[in-house]
Amino acid sequence: MTLREIAKRLELTLRTSEQKLDAEVSGGYASDLLSCVMAKARKGNVWVTLQSHLNIVAVAELLQLAAIIVTEGMAVDEPTLQKANEVGIPILTTPATTFTVVGRLTQMGIAGADEPGGSWDKMTGQ
Amino acid sequence: MIPPLIVERAEQLALGVIAITDHNSAENVAAVIEAARGHELTVLPGMEVQTREEVHLLCLFDRVEQALSWQEEVYARLPPLENNDDVFGPQFVVDAEGEFLRYNHRLLLTSVSYSVEQVAEAVEVRGGLCVAAHIDRPSYSLLANLGFVPPGTHFAALELSRQASAERMRAQNPMLERYAFIASGDAHRLDEMCDQTILTIEEPTIAEIAMAFRGENGRRVKVMRS
Repeated sequence: MTLREIAKRLELTLRTSEQKLDAEVSGGYASDLLSCVMAKARKGNVWVTLQSHLNIVAVAELLQLAAIIVTEGMAVDEPTLQKANEVGIPILTTPATTFTVVGRLTQMGIAGADEPGGSWDKMTGQ
Repeated sequence: MIPPLIVERAEQLALGVIAITDHNSAENVAAVIEAARGHELTVLPGMEVQTREEVHLLCLFDRVEQALSWQEEVYARLPPLENNDDVFGPQFVVDAEGEFLRYNHRLLLTSVSYSVEQVAEAVEVRGGLCVAAHIDRPSYSLLANLGFVPPGTHFAALELSRQASAERMRAQNPMLERYAFIASGDAHRLDEMCDQTILTIEEPTIAEIAMAFRGENGRRVKVMRS
């Protein structure tokens, strides 16, 4: 499933430029602790969080994540969006909670990074 | 903790400087400063602020008025909620003898709307020192919550908790190299106070401690192993 389809079906607001929306999403990960994201999320994952600090972009860039979905209507500052555009990390926002977003992603067949056959297996065998 | 007992414990540990850093509040700092009067102990007024990223930052000042003025800014950025004594426990304000003065009814155990960068900058502008608290902890810490030190943030130093090893932290996180470390107790009880940070300074002021953190003019800071 592509990010574009996910954005449409979850009615997410795209806050960055129209780039990388047709990339295939490899799975999903949700956490607000960036240290955990750095250890657990995998390339191509969509990351669901309510953190909107500038550091989220660097973490997503480092891991080559497909996108960041910022939940609960948290305000994403201009410097964060600017950096995200620079490095090509789509940021999408929603008033929905992380629980709701993850539930709907699961219904759509986006697997958690740690599920059998999920991104963990493919990337590292963990 | 009762002010005279804090002073007594500090003297047992032969501490020269302590800071009172309640969570999002500075209402008890004056009492401890008064309790330390006549003792060879400097009590810095301060606060442990919880930012909107749920990162704990220590804010240290020279004078009580600075801490109370900062407290006004912090209170204005807390959600207007009341503390629930049954869940979080009552929040006492006490005098220098530890006698009950009043309850603080504000919900303190939450985050302000300021970001990490905004707190660090505001404290610096107010002439204080902003120190990222217990960065080795798995929660409420800069490294756990934000993954790494946000580039360009004006921290005066980084604090380790008692168990942490400064050498190991530096080895695991090369980006911490440019920051001074302190180690302190994050003491919520008297027996959690500790004596691991050695400051080489002329007098116990924010300006001198800032110089020690920068390693200037012969001032130094060193963390001893626990």
